[in-house]
Amino acid sequence: MQKMINLKINGISVSVPEGSTILDAARQANIEIPTLCYLKNVNKEGSCRMCVVEATGARGLVAACVYPVAEGMEVRTNTEKCRQSRKLTLELILSKHKQKCLSCERSRNCELQRLSLGYNVDEDKFKGEDFVLPLDDSSPYIVRDNDKCINCMRCVVACNNQGIGAIGPIERGFQVHVGSAFDRPLAESPCVGCGQCVVDCPVGALSEKSEVSKVWDALSDPTKQVIFFTAPSIRATLGEAFDMPVGTDVEGKMVAAIRRLNPDYVFNMDVTADLTIMEEATELIKRIKTHKPLPMFTSCCPAWIKFVEQTYPEMIPNLSTCKSPQQMFGALLKSYWAEKNGIDPANLFVVSVIPCTAKKYECSREEMIEDVDVALTTRELARMIKTAGIRFTDLPDEEFDNPFATATGAGAIFGATGGVMEAALRTAAKMLDGDFKVIEFPDVRGTSPIKEATYSVAGITINVAVASGLNNARTIIEQIKSGEKKYDFIEIMSCPGGCVNGGGQPTLSDSIRNSVELKEARAKALYKNDSNNDLRRSADSPVIDVIYNDYFEFPNSHKAHKILHTSYKANKII
Amino acid sequence: MNNNAKFCATEEQLSKLNAVIEESKSVPGCLMHILQEAQGIFGYLPIEVQTIIAEKLNVSLSEVYGVVTFYSQFSLQPKGKYRISMCLGTACYVKGADKVLEEIEKQLGIKCGECTPDGLFSVDSCRCVGACGLAPVMMINDDVYGKLTPDMIKGILDKYREVK
Repeated sequence: MQKMINLKINGISVSVPEGSTILDAARQANIEIPTLCYLKNVNKEGSCRMCVVEATGARGLVAACVYPVAEGMEVRTNTEKCRQSRKLTLELILSKHKQKCLSCERSRNCELQRLSLGYNVDEDKFKGEDFVLPLDDSSPYIVRDNDKCINCMRCVVACNNQGIGAIGPIERGFQVHVGSAFDRPLAESPCVGCGQCVVDCPVGALSEKSEVSKVWDALSDPTKQVIFFTAPSIRATLGEAFDMPVGTDVEGKMVAAIRRLNPDYVFNMDVTADLTIMEEATELIKRIKTHKPLPMFTSCCPAWIKFVEQTYPEMIPNLSTCKSPQQMFGALLKSYWAEKNGIDPANLFVVSVIPCTAKKYECSREEMIEDVDVALTTRELARMIKTAGIRFTDLPDEEFDNPFATATGAGAIFGATGGVMEAALRTAAKMLDGDFKVIEFPDVRGTSPIKEATYSVAGITINVAVASGLNNARTIIEQIKSGEKKYDFIEIMSCPGGCVNGGGQPTLSDSIRNSVELKEARAKALYKNDSNNDLRRSADSPVIDVIYNDYFEFPNSHKAHKILHTSYKANKII
Repeated sequence: MNNNAKFCATEEQLSKLNAVIEESKSVPGCLMHILQEAQGIFGYLPIEVQTIIAEKLNVSLSEVYGVVTFYSQFSLQPKGKYRISMCLGTACYVKGADKVLEEIEKQLGIKCGECTPDGLFSVDSCRCVGACGLAPVMMINDDVYGKLTPDMIKGILDKYREVK
């Protein structure tokens, strides 16, 4: 039985478990204390001093996000002293903040702006020394503008939580700034592009490298056939960018909105998620039967691939050779689709909409640079929809274009941790035993960092593991290398919770982040989409049948290998 | 980073570093201690040394670099055979130490904190060596020079250049 502590916050009595912070207790009393460096499940440093409160027994103001509650404590969160202190803190932060709010992409979605409004703070109270740092746009995925950085260190903690540590605080005092070791550009650091730093940034210091203008150009170029396709998780998150509740499935409105941008086609990437499963399940069975490098790791996540190439190159033979659904779709369009329709692939402009910053890097990889022209994050798509004056929430529901509209529920769950595993198990089991009936594999669902299960089909027993978050992937690899664990098939997604929590997803206000379990709510929408679908197994998809009959013959055929598979190379980076 | 002199380590230096790391790596918070020892061995902390430390301690290079740049006693620049330390403490400063430092920088063609490409001289500033009666004061290794004026600098440096 956990000991409970009784205290009063602004006169309201609350009882919370021992060890809770004042901030936890305030939330229980429905009192919001402003925060800036604090972010639930990410950062708890007590360094920005926005959450200062008065508490009996404490000397001076204390940081509510880290200060533990005590029996009989009385806390005041909204006194003149608190407000003055917070206001001064904001004025000092703003004294060295680049004031480019008008065109900042985080404008109206910025914690600093929100707080400044709340505390009636102007930008020019203190005219500080200009501290100009170079803009880092060296990587294909993330841009860092340190002149907008408020040194909250949320990005540093996010990167450390991923076990990457590509960035850290450099220098001290006024000179302090966030960057890579030896102030090298991000592109030369061990950054894998997962983008967790971007979604955790409270201001506009971090963003994806926007490619919106390339897409506008293509859309107004009459010689180009522009094709959009959307990744499984976008339907579960795009609505958030239009103030819809977290976890709303907006598939129909998403298709309608993209169609109003006037591309030639809007396709469903779940189709190539199904195609990936056909290829990957076949590869897995082959590897198991021939004892070829096992365990086999999934290869859908480009940040994970980059991580293996630079940190564990000895595991490269264990990566599935399947391209990701994004790359498969691009490759399919520029081969099968182009041939079938008599179009020069050079006149195709392929745009994927993905929840991810690393996918921008993936489509720039030299092994497959021709497949996809531009990868847009959910945020970039939302921005295009807003620029085009489309009233998203009022749109009717529309359907994807044929022939790449129909996909199975297995494709939809690709966006959540455990989803690729479950989708692969559904089809692999069917391939091994035609009478296999089980569709759902609850052991691999949920947001626990590492999940394990053992299944037996047609006399074959396979041990599987699922990890999300690269630090957990590292744990699994170390356990395999030490011989402590033995698996046959492992799904890795770099972002905690999988693509639904990807680095390209909408950035939400701290008040939402601190109260809603994003990963769970968004994943729920995908599992609902799956259970509402009559087709649950990739192998049962009529579209997949057509693709193989028309073009690839059978999974892992010579042609499939040439177009749908890829290779990796070691690239050690410290 | 502008390392004028190229980093080269002897086998002896590297094995000393490895011994220090092995000895203290199980102690929590050992990074500071190892960095201090490493600076003692190599005279400074170039990327090569920081990389070895990061790998052996299983921490990120960015974390090591963050610590090195936080504390002013750590140096990313190599030190010269002759380490010039110009006092910029109050007494020396009011007696024109800044002009003397400017002259040193001019004569050597490097900035304070740097090392000449031939590795002969490095220049740093310090705060009070306790010889205010001789202000402005500088030290070259263990030699003390007082009551300095800019025109004395060339002659002093030449003395060391001749010895080599």
